[in-house]
Amino acid sequence: MAQSQVRRDPTVNRVVACGAFLAIGWLVSAILGAVVGPVSVPIDQVVAIAWGGPDAAQDPAHGAIVWSLRLPRIAMATLVGASLAAGGAALQGVFRNPLADPYVLGIASGGAFGAALVMVIFTGLGLFGPVFGGFVGAFSAAILVHSLARSAGGLSVNAVLLAGVAVGLSCSAGVSLVLVLAETQATNVLIWLMGSVGGRGWAEVSCVALLTGIGLLPLLSQARALDAFSLGEENASALGVSTERVKLITFAAVALLVAAAVSFCGLIGFVGLIVPHGVRMIVGPGHRKLLFLSAIAGAFVLVSADLCARVLLTDRELPIGVITGCLGGPFFLVLLRRSFLSAGR
Amino acid sequence: MLVAKDITAPHGLTPHFSLTIESGSFVGLVGPNGAGKTTLLRCLAGALTPSSGDVKVNQNPVASLTPSQRAKQIAYLPQLETAPAGYTVRDVVALGRYAHRRGLRGLSPADHAAVDDALKRMALEQIAARLVDTLSGGEYQRVRMARAFVQGAPILLLDEPVAHLDPGAATRLMGQVIRLAGPTQHTMIAALHDLNLAALYCSRLIMLDAGSIVADGAPKDVLTQSRIEAVYGEDCVVVPHPNSEVPQILMSRTEDSTR
Repeated sequence: MAQSQVRRDPTVNRVVACGAFLAIGWLVSAILGAVVGPVSVPIDQVVAIAWGGPDAAQDPAHGAIVWSLRLPRIAMATLVGASLAAGGAALQGVFRNPLADPYVLGIASGGAFGAALVMVIFTGLGLFGPVFGGFVGAFSAAILVHSLARSAGGLSVNAVLLAGVAVGLSCSAGVSLVLVLAETQATNVLIWLMGSVGGRGWAEVSCVALLTGIGLLPLLSQARALDAFSLGEENASALGVSTERVKLITFAAVALLVAAAVSFCGLIGFVGLIVPHGVRMIVGPGHRKLLFLSAIAGAFVLVSADLCARVLLTDRELPIGVITGCLGGPFFLVLLRRSFLSAGR
Repeated sequence: MLVAKDITAPHGLTPHFSLTIESGSFVGLVGPNGAGKTTLLRCLAGALTPSSGDVKVNQNPVASLTPSQRAKQIAYLPQLETAPAGYTVRDVVALGRYAHRRGLRGLSPADHAAVDDALKRMALEQIAARLVDTLSGGEYQRVRMARAFVQGAPILLLDEPVAHLDPGAATRLMGQVIRLAGPTQHTMIAALHDLNLAALYCSRLIMLDAGSIVADGAPKDVLTQSRIEAVYGEDCVVVPHPNSEVPQILMSRTEDSTR
């Protein structure tokens, strides 16, 4: 039994290495993000401002640019990337579907519809108003996709995807309707929907940080149950998992994360799809490490994508969704092909 | 002791179905496709709640137990399961400890000991580090048995544990199940299609047909030629096994299937 006392998960070293690599990658891209731009700020100034606030800068202009423009968007990209990637990992676990993610399943569209409604019609509810609308929309979409797929054929890969497409398209139609009704605000709503982590201040960042924390904790607490879900729901239930409760907690947590991300930063696709797959390829499918590392990797990917979106064109900024979409679209097709091939076997 | 009293399931069983299973027995559920074996097992396991009547495990209604309390009383292996990609044999067996663990901490020494023991009993030590999606059907079925065993439940419900296994793997698995449960006085109920294997290993057979029990007792009393021919609709010969005298069934060759 001496063997069992010193037993370690053989993947522990790999998990630690992967976590360290991602954290360093995030740090490097975050520092680059604060240094690079129309005005280059020396790296020692960036560190000083990040540490001591805008007044710590030698040049007040540098202080203002880094503190009020660049650091909030890096923080926003970090939070939204972590939310979407961990949410995608959890959804893939609950649905046992490699193609699941908040966008593919229509949950993000549901959130966008709810948030847009509040922005245009129920104005004057403050920062949390659109988040609340987004949460109601996203949660309803998740529940709807789940019940539609279950009635159509027991949560098979295809049934879940079809239900996700149906709900997503309906919600997109709802967003279009809101746009038409919005008239004067239509341009603002459209720009918001295109997706950007920029243009937000520390108030918005704090709000998203709070919601991300509230959403990520229950998600991480479901890690062992999600491992059992990989055997199928009936087997998980036989092992003692309260399957309905796990699904409800996961949907609510993902809806909260997605609502926070969508109502402040619009629609940013594919992060929730690609990142968990990449992490799974490196450290395996166990959800404790998968959810945790996906959150770090998502932060890394979105901060890097935002950096690219800002610097690729010299005269203007690309929507961040263009960057993630260019990477994610082909990736999605590869996954789709692979899952159809394995289903055909 | 597992008691089903007056249960009415949505479909698959005749209304007001009753059954008592004594502790420590190995019961085989036999009968043709659609006879209600899976429905009965699901009701006993608490996976399906009867619309009336109740199932009691040691006097406690199964429906009143939380999933984790239930998992400590009853280990149920449904028929269908796809090996999950990327998990090792050890990972999957350790999932059987779910109901015994709290929070997100790793396995306790007691969990490790239970997993080691089950791996050993199911002869899985050599392949403990292999990924389950690379195993053969027989190997993965052994992994599932080990997982059910580490649940530490006194009752094991197995839905066709040897389906899709070759005769060698099937016999080996049944032998291992017996060895697994023998010293610990487990109660086991297995739905089985292979009547010969059921006669070899089970102390009691329950034959179902069209949702009701048509025979219940020792293999030699249940597996008679006239009953098998009536239930399965085909001619057969029943002979005693040369070694152990238990009945073995030889189906007769059918020339005209439209008869």
